Amino acid sequence: MDNNVKMQAKNVDFFYGKNQALNNVSLDIYANKVTAMIGPSGCGKSTFIRLFNRMNELVPHTILHGKIFLDDLEINSPLVDAVDIRRRVGMVFQKPNPFPKSIFENISYGLKVNGIKDKAFIEQKVEDSLKKAVIWDEVKCRLNDSALKLSGGQQQRLCIARCLAVETEVILFDEPCASLDPISTAKIEELILELKKDYSIVIVTHNMQQAARVSDYTGFFLLGELVEFGKTQDIFTSPKEKRTEDYITGRYG
Amino acid sequence: MLRHLDEELKELHRDILKMAVSVQESIFKSIESLRSRDKYLAQDVINTDNKIDELELVIDEKCIDLIALYQPMAGDLRYITTGMKINTELERIADIAVDISQRSLVLMEKPLLKPLVDIPKLSQVSQDMVGDAIDAFIKRDAQLARKVALADAEADRLRNLVQDELINEYLACDPKTADRAVALLLIARYLERICDHATNIAEDVIYMVEAKVVKHHPEELK
Repeated sequence: MDNNVKMQAKNVDFFYGKNQALNNVSLDIYANKVTAMIGPSGCGKSTFIRLFNRMNELVPHTILHGKIFLDDLEINSPLVDAVDIRRRVGMVFQKPNPFPKSIFENISYGLKVNGIKDKAFIEQKVEDSLKKAVIWDEVKCRLNDSALKLSGGQQQRLCIARCLAVETEVILFDEPCASLDPISTAKIEELILELKKDYSIVIVTHNMQQAARVSDYTGFFLLGELVEFGKTQDIFTSPKEKRTEDYITGRYG
Repeated sequence: MLRHLDEELKELHRDILKMAVSVQESIFKSIESLRSRDKYLAQDVINTDNKIDELELVIDEKCIDLIALYQPMAGDLRYITTGMKINTELERIADIAVDISQRSLVLMEKPLLKPLVDIPKLSQVSQDMVGDAIDAFIKRDAQLARKVALADAEADRLRNLVQDELINEYLACDPKTADRAVALLLIARYLERICDHATNIAEDVIYMVEAKVVKHHPEELK
């Protein structure tokens, strides 16, 4: 695999029972870049990114054909531990989902689950992760407060910090700003641009301007098919496919 | 799906066409004032330039509004940015028509220096190039735009002919003809500049239609 490619999907078909959600999708996720997936509801983009950390296998009666690689590791091969994949490939969802625990425990939980007991190490890791997710200054005086007391935007950044604490390598964002106001959205976008220096990022978004602002590469999905994939500036100024042009200019439908 | 943006784009298109027609009229009148030594025509070009300036501002504002309010993408974005650039090119062409008219008024005060031969040819080339560039924009015709951009060489050739003749046969031989020879030299230069602006419009149209940048890459025109 090319050194610049962090994850790779090869000829992926995916079915929910008899319904085919993805049709022969091949795509590279580049290291230290932001890759955006756009497309109308039901086009398969969320299904697609959930394959990258094996989230779809939690859904009954699903079938996957094709291969997904993380570096050179085929993530669905029998000896690979799904939990380890989910640590290396973290996910942030549309609705912030902090644990109903304190801010501190939200971050330390993953470390403890991974067998780390060193208190000083954990404290340092919590601080580092919260700083990286640019929320430290807002929560440092109330680390023992419930995470549920935070605002939506803060909760979302806490969830990002939670991924960072377990030394994730790839972060999947599924509509991370859909339930946030414009200021919180801007903070998350700035954070994504900052995080790509150390992580590879995939973002599913319905907000075309957001895809244009934060991503380096964009893939357009329609009816389970990857219609076009390319550099974001090319997709938004001069798409090659008419279906892409129609979607991004609002003519689709 | 019908989009409100399409209505706005149609309105923008109408304004750009209005601008293009006014500018073509200005070029025609300025050249005609030179040919027929008609000071009313020349004056008319000078007087109507402010209307073209106003229209330029209206179009610019409309383009900025559309970008701010609709955040257009792809073909829409290329159309609006091209419209903005063409708007500027057209306004500059109108300014040049004013320059030609002013030189024309100066020339009318004295007898004709020489029968005009190559300047009318150059004016025809410039009018054709502007007309074709605008047609290419209206019809989204990249082929016609390429033809316009390639025609610029002929404009340069004619300008050089006029220049050589005026310098060698008038300025160098008889300094008393200098004011009229310089005025004609400037007019040749102005007409050639109009062709350059038409070329810019044509290159912008190619970008709008094909998303291909040919500006400063003449090899891409073929």
